[in-house]
Amino acid sequence: MGEQILNQVVWPVVYILCIAVPLILAVAMFVYWERKVIGWMHVRMGPNKIGPLGLLQAFADVVKLLIKEVILPTNANRFLYYLAPLLALVPAFAAWSVIPFGERMVLANVNAGLLYLLAMTSMGVYGIILAGWASNSRYALLGAMRSAAQVISYELAMGLCLVCVLVLAGSLNLTDIVHAQAGGKGLLDWFWLPLLPVFVIYFVSGVAETNRAPFDVAEGESEIVAGFHVEYSGSAFAIFFLAEYANMILVSFLASVLFLGGWLSPFPPSWGWIGQGSFAWLFVKAFVFAFLFLWFRASFPRYRYDQIMRLGWKVFIPISIVWVLVAGCMKYFGWVVTGA
Amino acid sequence: MIDPNLFQLVCFYAFAAVTVAAALAVITLKNSVHAVLALVLTFFSAACVWLLAEAEFLAIALIVVYVGAVMVLFLFVVMMLDINQEQVREGFIRFLPVGIVVALVMLAEMLALIGVRAMRAVSMGPNPAEAAGLSNTAWLGRALYTDYLLPFEVAALILTVGVVAAVALTLRKRRGVRHQDAGEQVRVDPRSRIRIVKMDAVRAQAPAPKEPQA
Amino acid sequence: MPNLTDLLILLPELYLTAAACLLLLLDAFIRPEQRNVLHWLSLAVVLVAIYLVVANQPPFPVTAYGGMFVRDGVAEILKVFALLCTALVFVYARPYLADRKLYVGEFYTLAIFATLGVMLLVSAGNLVMVYLGLELLTLSSYALVALNRDSAQSSEAAIKYFVLGALASGMLLYGMSMVYGATGTLALAQLHGAAAHTAMPNLLVFGLIFVIVGIGFKLGAAPFHMWIPDVYQGSPTAVTVFIGSAPKLAAFGMAYRLLETGLGDLAPHWQQMLAALAVLSLAIGNLVAIVQSNLKRLLAYSTISHMGYLLLGLVNAGPEGYAAAMFYAISYALMSTAAFGVILALARAGFECEEIDDFKGLNQRSPWLAFLMMLAMFSLAGVPPLFGFFAKLLVLQAAIHAGMLWLAIVGAVFAIVGLYYYLRVVKVMYFDKPVEGSEVRVQPDAGLRVLLSVNALVLLALGLYWGPLLGWCRAAFPG
Repeated sequence: MGEQILNQVVWPVVYILCIAVPLILAVAMFVYWERKVIGWMHVRMGPNKIGPLGLLQAFADVVKLLIKEVILPTNANRFLYYLAPLLALVPAFAAWSVIPFGERMVLANVNAGLLYLLAMTSMGVYGIILAGWASNSRYALLGAMRSAAQVISYELAMGLCLVCVLVLAGSLNLTDIVHAQAGGKGLLDWFWLPLLPVFVIYFVSGVAETNRAPFDVAEGESEIVAGFHVEYSGSAFAIFFLAEYANMILVSFLASVLFLGGWLSPFPPSWGWIGQGSFAWLFVKAFVFAFLFLWFRASFPRYRYDQIMRLGWKVFIPISIVWVLVAGCMKYFGWVVTGA
Repeated sequence: MIDPNLFQLVCFYAFAAVTVAAALAVITLKNSVHAVLALVLTFFSAACVWLLAEAEFLAIALIVVYVGAVMVLFLFVVMMLDINQEQVREGFIRFLPVGIVVALVMLAEMLALIGVRAMRAVSMGPNPAEAAGLSNTAWLGRALYTDYLLPFEVAALILTVGVVAAVALTLRKRRGVRHQDAGEQVRVDPRSRIRIVKMDAVRAQAPAPKEPQA
Repeated sequence: MPNLTDLLILLPELYLTAAACLLLLLDAFIRPEQRNVLHWLSLAVVLVAIYLVVANQPPFPVTAYGGMFVRDGVAEILKVFALLCTALVFVYARPYLADRKLYVGEFYTLAIFATLGVMLLVSAGNLVMVYLGLELLTLSSYALVALNRDSAQSSEAAIKYFVLGALASGMLLYGMSMVYGATGTLALAQLHGAAAHTAMPNLLVFGLIFVIVGIGFKLGAAPFHMWIPDVYQGSPTAVTVFIGSAPKLAAFGMAYRLLETGLGDLAPHWQQMLAALAVLSLAIGNLVAIVQSNLKRLLAYSTISHMGYLLLGLVNAGPEGYAAAMFYAISYALMSTAAFGVILALARAGFECEEIDDFKGLNQRSPWLAFLMMLAMFSLAGVPPLFGFFAKLLVLQAAIHAGMLWLAIVGAVFAIVGLYYYLRVVKVMYFDKPVEGSEVRVQPDAGLRVLLSVNALVLLALGLYWGPLLGWCRAAFPG
């Protein structure tokens, strides 16, 4: 009995904490890094007062947010108002359970991992919509509508990109997808090469799906103040913040796993220790993508809403549909060798 | 030790109960946004029941399609509607007793017809995916593209008709609306927009006006 | 796995699918004033499809895709007539559509898709195919009804049609799932055998009830007829004429496939239910039609009663009954296209010509059209020697042979009741004075005039010489 409890309860909880706690810390450091990078790009210093090099800035912000009052607007729907941040947070964290960090380093090695990811990311939109509606505020509602339409539109393009990947990999299991990208040529075996357009579309859609600049019309502060979370304050706001950044990191990891060979080394295995796979590779790749998020934010002006929709529906979706066929041909005629 | 079969049975009843309760909530809740959310819960717990039946692909597809897309659009519409809840309720309360009686009679008839005992005798057949040695998704895909290819394609036709119908019913070409045509913008020839005139440099005739004293 | 033989069996449907998609594309590229090209092409597409169905006949019955698709005599006949009706509709509808800014490519595409749905439905060999064929047909029909989106009446009709149609589909699906639960198979051919030794006969009967409800809805048989009057009246007449023709053939095909091919062993159960539906339809259709002043609504109630007669044939549950019912479905489709065709010929921009009063004194203004309308009305009423008479005679005979003399008597009595309101239209045309100030202008479209005349005269011709068609129908149901 005791052993069973240990195996079925204690260990899973420990594993989950092993992912969740570093993730929260990563979010904190990511926020710091964002402010720092954007500061440098603006020729500013960025946060530098709290802790060495300002490293503790993010934690100070967290403490500040936690001790602030959570304000409930008049006539807001109390239940949904408090439920919304949780609905945003849960899928953002739940999706991590199927991410393979290395060989056998995965919480749940489920067969339909990719589908599970799709399901989780598609549920994140509820938090946004409900927050917008329950706040009883026009700006919030407008932000929620924009965001929901945008997320759903880009999810289609994203889903089609995933179809390309799984056509080539022949599996929905993320570990198998990484294995399918292994080969003797290092980074030339990864899926980014045969699926180059789809790879670009996937990442851009990821940016749009997380409502980040330049697709952040959902919180366009020049028009609708701060979008769906305009009425939120204190810890409730902190949870939205956490969910958004966790999602960004998730998209970065996913792009690495699906297109850049996950934990595989970019060098051929024949090159000795540097050609061996390790979770460090995955972290490096994910860090590059995460950095791209910040770079975009500092470089591009915000898209107009109709332009976003046009890009999603009239450019990305057609291209990715065509590429599903191309990927099918690649697989069928053996143009791409997978999992060598 | 916890018997896995028993655990599964308990899970099934729990999910089934949530499904039924949420479905009831859909039609009884006052606030239509709450009702939509209850519907989401119904789908979600139905997906859980399917997971128990080892139909993982269908379960997740249910969540992706219905919870992730269809219900979001539902919520969209419901949020935009300004329904007077009280008026809608009036009819509901008035017809509630009749509805309950009808529902009870139907339930009794159904139970009598089907026979509760007969239902208990039926168990799920062997899992065909397991028998074929494939994962659920792979088995489903194989069935869909071989035995059920024709229905699958007909379903695609139905979706095409849906698109055609939606466009036919909603697309209105308005005159005088200023749309941006991205294609046209890209096609623009710089020579039609700006004319570069070459001319000899000419020396200024008059001396520059005197700068005002600061 | 599908192979070339399967594809050849499916050739007419494949051709129609490809053609519809091409027409859809073409529509996007042609200018509005070139719409006539689309019209003639659509017509050609449908005519070629008829040729493919008739010409490319493998030895019957054959199945494709592992029994999903059945091609037999029943399917062939129904397909030919459904396509024929669609072609007639295209010709009849053009002037009407052009007058009302509804002359759009979608009308043709959706109608072809709907016809494709009919063809798939009548060829279905599997519950899934029955359902999908039906959905293809009805979804296209909903959109067609709503095509005139500026008309509130039209939109209302479309919403009613959609909601009730979705409900009916749900019922049908629920019934199908029960049937599947009881027998463990979706294939109709296997269902026939499995129904006999199921462990749960009660569940099967329970499913059957819902299947019958679904069929009743789609046929428009009372008490599931509520949508018919509103949809017939509300939709543009060009669409009404379509809804009144090919889908009725499909509904018969669906009933045949589900009840005979699939659940034939349960005939003693469903015979009783269909008999009840038939009596109700005859009573409600014929009695309520009497008080109608709108011709389209009147024809809608007449449809309900005609579906009652069709059910009389199905009640027989034997080859004779099915042949009679199919004969009836075909006769009804031709009669209703003729009747609505006259309305379309008289309608013009801003004038629907759908009230019975609009027909006052038609004889003095356009004797030929009045004559055609009279043929259609007499045929609908079942006056000898027109087509409708023999169709009625056959179904009544089938009911008597099934041992339901009382049902045949009910049918005969209501035929006499029905005579009253059909004759009223004829009386109005021939004996009433035209309303002052109104003038009748017949559509100048030559195709409409010629085909309408042929259509109405065929009712007379088939009434005099119905042997071959009946022979064909009977040959489709070998004992």
